[in-house]
Amino acid sequence: MSAIYIARANEVAARSLDGEMMIMSARDSTLFTLNPVGTIIWQSADGKTTLEEIVENKICAEFEVDPEEALKDVESFVADLAGHGIIVVSDVPISLATTSLGGS
Amino acid sequence: MSLMQELAQRALDRGVPLSVQLDVTYRCNERCIHCYLDHDDHGEMTTAEIRALLDQLAEAGVFFLTLSGGEVFMRMDFFDIIEYARSLMFCVKIKTNAFMIREKEARRLSDLAVQEVQVSIYSHRPEVHDAITLLRGSLKRSVAGIRLLRAHGVKVVIANVLMMRNLSDHAGVKQLAKELGAEYTIDPTITPMMDGNRSVLQLGLGVPQLQDVFHNADLVGDVDEFCTPPPAMNDDVLQDLPCSAGHTACYISPYGDLFPCVQFPLPSGNVRRQKFIDIWRDSEQLNEVRTITARDLPVCSGCGHVGTCTRCPGLAFMEGNMRGPSTQDCEKSFARTGIPSANMHLKNTRSMPRGLVQITIPSPISSVA
Repeated sequence: MSAIYIARANEVAARSLDGEMMIMSARDSTLFTLNPVGTIIWQSADGKTTLEEIVENKICAEFEVDPEEALKDVESFVADLAGHGIIVVSDVPISLATTSLGGS
Repeated sequence: MSLMQELAQRALDRGVPLSVQLDVTYRCNERCIHCYLDHDDHGEMTTAEIRALLDQLAEAGVFFLTLSGGEVFMRMDFFDIIEYARSLMFCVKIKTNAFMIREKEARRLSDLAVQEVQVSIYSHRPEVHDAITLLRGSLKRSVAGIRLLRAHGVKVVIANVLMMRNLSDHAGVKQLAKELGAEYTIDPTITPMMDGNRSVLQLGLGVPQLQDVFHNADLVGDVDEFCTPPPAMNDDVLQDLPCSAGHTACYISPYGDLFPCVQFPLPSGNVRRQKFIDIWRDSEQLNEVRTITARDLPVCSGCGHVGTCTRCPGLAFMEGNMRGPSTQDCEKSFARTGIPSANMHLKNTRSMPRGLVQITIPSPISSVA
């Protein structure tokens, strides 16, 4: 299986409230909240760390879950977030320039 | 309960300042006849001060950041401020007259994923709008700015402040908003000036005009629902907090002064001299505001409207007592339902001619007694 890299999209606002992430999409003003596991994934989405590493080093280290099952769940979760445009998924590392804010 | 309401409740329970309005300047290129601000610069915070403040706000948990003024684009560093705010992942809303928004600015706001830009439009007719802003050509430029923002996919909300001078133009403004692909909202509240001068209030709508507005389905949606009489008072209603001011929201002026809300000028600290979080947690004034529930309002707690009234504690404060009624909101409750508020009853009693309350017993009866 090829590596999957994830990065936070630049069209969102985000803040942690009581350990859970609030995320607002600028595209359609949809508001999301992530549970503690989702919040860990979001915070780890730096474009450089593979999804497998996130599951192994952050999720499995924190929660008692089967790594294979966890990876499957996380892939589905990430696909859902990507569908809403709040996370970017790639099979190659994602450079900061691609997702950083700013422009001309 | 919606997700937003859930988050607001959680922020309230944890004492988190979910929303902050930061006015970056009071300077403005317009001179709106109803404006509550002094437009001179009395020493605005520098870019570095604002960046340091934004760090503190993010650390404190602020999510919704409204950048307003004055006219925000009067600051040459305004894009530096937005860029820094967005790098801290704030949900940024901007209030502007859009006069200075050209292609470059619209593109930049889109690139920075600003959540929403709110623009005040008073009329679809230049002769009315420009006579309120006192800036010739302002409607044309503001509309051009909105068009550019929309062309770049930026969400725009047109705020239509209603006054006697532009009351007949709301349908035209609403139609203009539709053509521009902008949302439309009305605001029938005129705020006294921050120095306490209340003369601008005479520009606002009277009760008959408010009644027309509140019974217009084009403006309020479901009139029956909007104008429904208040439910019977109960203990839950009396435990309610007036609004988010000082509880999950606050306002910071260009000079660093912190208040519960832009419409609630109770000085509560200054971020140039104190850490934001220290003011938020320990300010005597904010803590006093937080203790007030509907039960503590001497007049309003006995008013039938208490559960549904839009009573603004800031407007009440500007009338002289933050626990008192806000006459403007009493008038709105009356305009919606036709039921006078307790405050209106009280004022009518107080204003009765003296001769009517000084009842004397006719002498024949006294004699009999």
